[in-house]
Amino acid sequence: MNHIALLMENQPGALSRVIGLFSQRGYNIDSLSVAPTQDETLSRLTMTIGEEGADINQILKQLYKLVDVVMVQNLSEADSLTLELAIIKLNKAKRDVEGLLKNYEFEREILDEKDNYTVFKVLGDTQEIEKLLSELKKEEFLEVTRSGTLGMTKGNESLATNDQTKISYD
Amino acid sequence: MAKVMTSGGEALIKALADENVDIIFGYPGGAALHIYDAIYQQDRVQHILVRHEQAATHAADGFARATGKPGVCLVTSGPGATNAITGIATAYMDSIPLVVISGQVPNHLIGTDAFQETDMMGISRPIVKHSFLVQKPEEIPVIVKKAFHIATSGRPGPVVIDVPKNLTDPNEKFEYKFPSDLYLRSFALYDEAENSEVKKAVKLLTEAERPVIYAGGGAINSNAAEEIYEFGKLMGCPVTNTLMGLGVYPASDEQFVGMLGMHGTYEANMVMHEADLIMAIGARFDDRITNNPNKFGLQAKKIHIDSDPSSIDKIIDVDVAMTGNAKKVISQINKELKAMNFDNKKFDGWMKKAMQWRAEHGLNHNMLDQKNPGDIILPQQVIQSAYKATDGKAFVTSDVGQHQMFAAQYYHFNEPRKWINSGGLGTMGFGLPAAMGVKFAFPDETVACITGEGSIQMCIQELSTCGQYGLPIKIINLNNRALGMVKQWQDMQYGGRYSSISYEDSLPDFIKLAESYGHVGMKVEKLSELESAMEECFALKDKLVFLDVYVDPDEHVYPMLKAGGDMSEMFLSKTEKTFE
Repeated sequence: MNHIALLMENQPGALSRVIGLFSQRGYNIDSLSVAPTQDETLSRLTMTIGEEGADINQILKQLYKLVDVVMVQNLSEADSLTLELAIIKLNKAKRDVEGLLKNYEFEREILDEKDNYTVFKVLGDTQEIEKLLSELKKEEFLEVTRSGTLGMTKGNESLATNDQTKISYD
Repeated sequence: MAKVMTSGGEALIKALADENVDIIFGYPGGAALHIYDAIYQQDRVQHILVRHEQAATHAADGFARATGKPGVCLVTSGPGATNAITGIATAYMDSIPLVVISGQVPNHLIGTDAFQETDMMGISRPIVKHSFLVQKPEEIPVIVKKAFHIATSGRPGPVVIDVPKNLTDPNEKFEYKFPSDLYLRSFALYDEAENSEVKKAVKLLTEAERPVIYAGGGAINSNAAEEIYEFGKLMGCPVTNTLMGLGVYPASDEQFVGMLGMHGTYEANMVMHEADLIMAIGARFDDRITNNPNKFGLQAKKIHIDSDPSSIDKIIDVDVAMTGNAKKVISQINKELKAMNFDNKKFDGWMKKAMQWRAEHGLNHNMLDQKNPGDIILPQQVIQSAYKATDGKAFVTSDVGQHQMFAAQYYHFNEPRKWINSGGLGTMGFGLPAAMGVKFAFPDETVACITGEGSIQMCIQELSTCGQYGLPIKIINLNNRALGMVKQWQDMQYGGRYSSISYEDSLPDFIKLAESYGHVGMKVEKLSELESAMEECFALKDKLVFLDVYVDPDEHVYPMLKAGGDMSEMFLSKTEKTFE
């Protein structure tokens, strides 16, 4: 499992270049999350590549080669934090959901409920979320939406951008 | 200075002129009409009207390969854009700098399936180095400048600029400013290699017993021929070039063992197989070179110089990787070798071994001396005859197939940028339009297109363009009345079941065809008449000559690497091979 953080130009077509690269080169993305950053000219992505045997260095180099990609980092090689948000809707009363979640450590909150259903969010480790989902019975399950893994390195360093490179002509 | 007011269309053409572009290849259409009107009203940029957009891209590509400058083409939206795709992919695979400008339907119609609308950004995305969709007319000069910078720097490649029609409106003027500087965020370029890596490389080079220099298209792109020649002489070891690298090391030099790979020479492939050090310069270990990568260079340490970090360790893991400009990195290495007064005598025995391999199974370059039963012409003899008639000095473009391999094997290229072919994508139809681009760049030089009757028909319409602009290209058509390379594979791997390789009796009379466009057509069927016809063809300086040469339809290209084998496993002829 590799988590990759990436900063790219917030330009039309930039995301499709990143995603297109994966299908073009035959790599699979397990999850992908993308949104603008505090600098509105940049977007930040976190993606997860779970594939066994994927040549992660080759993937990083190909990503960095894209003109719109400003910075790439393999979070899995650094001391980093990852977490995921999931919203789950079940055919279960609130009480039963609370019982179910007792064995889990992640943050949770009930968002909407009636006698016959409960919508709740959980925030935590991707593997733990997957464990919860695998435990649910088919007949209880209505729907789930997940943010995909988000991540950044620990410590006070940041995935900063280089200053713009000035290219002068004679 | 007085303000210059331009429309988007005028700004586009003015920016091209300010980028020192004097020629573009294209084809007009609805979405590009404002731009064409701007072209009409100026004289700094000449527009060449081709007969199909694929030819516009190949012509710009041929121009770029021959000059080292970026080629430029202009097409309209929809079918204009999609027709350009094959040419863009061709340039992309061979890392050729191209700027392709495509018209687009007006902004407000994008996404409505408007007439001649196609998503050019989407369709071209996997085969461009980068692309721009213009959003405001004022940004056109900056986009043009960025496009040229991206296309030509680092590992070169094609860049698309998609321009919606309303942004070129002649009635909407703005102040034209061509930028003097560019700002690009995190656009990494590699120049010289780290000194520590240079030292490591020099250590491996000087400690080796059986080194080989393997140089490819990247060495030509970085104009490294002079440095590589010096490096070759400092090393005194065998040098081989890829199909894309031919000419970067002079073919007539005694250390040159010929092209390597699928149809490389016996000695080049043996040298690669037996080497204990492989020095790759601007070459990417692609599958036509390595054969089975798991059996490639097992005895060899490897050094790799490339301008693209993603080419390194992609197929073959190397011991020393130097990301940088080949010209500069080789200079660094040469400097070290000279400083240590490296004595290359220890490679003499290894060089002799290479010459021994050549003596055993090298190519026969004197086939014009032989007589053939029935006075039939062998394709190799046509190349040797063309070489002789041009004194080896012509620009040679080619298409794809057997004729391409024969040309690569038998026309000795002593200079870079003289051999112009589609190596990566293998695009039939490339040869004639590419020759047009070369001829526009070098009107006083001899330009030959070595082709086959299959390939030439894929862009044959350009005979008309050649007529309009008076381009005296020499088309040498190796006519074997079949798709020769496919036929060869069907012979060797499909039990001689010739599936769809024959035109039956539908081939045109190429002589009459050439004549109908106002050119000269000549036909040769006998070996005894080949040389005089070839001389006559090249002597007609002011005419395009279509020389239709009937060659032996059963000839195969050899050597040929055995599928899945190592580099020493070759078919040498229809009856000989190096493996059991």
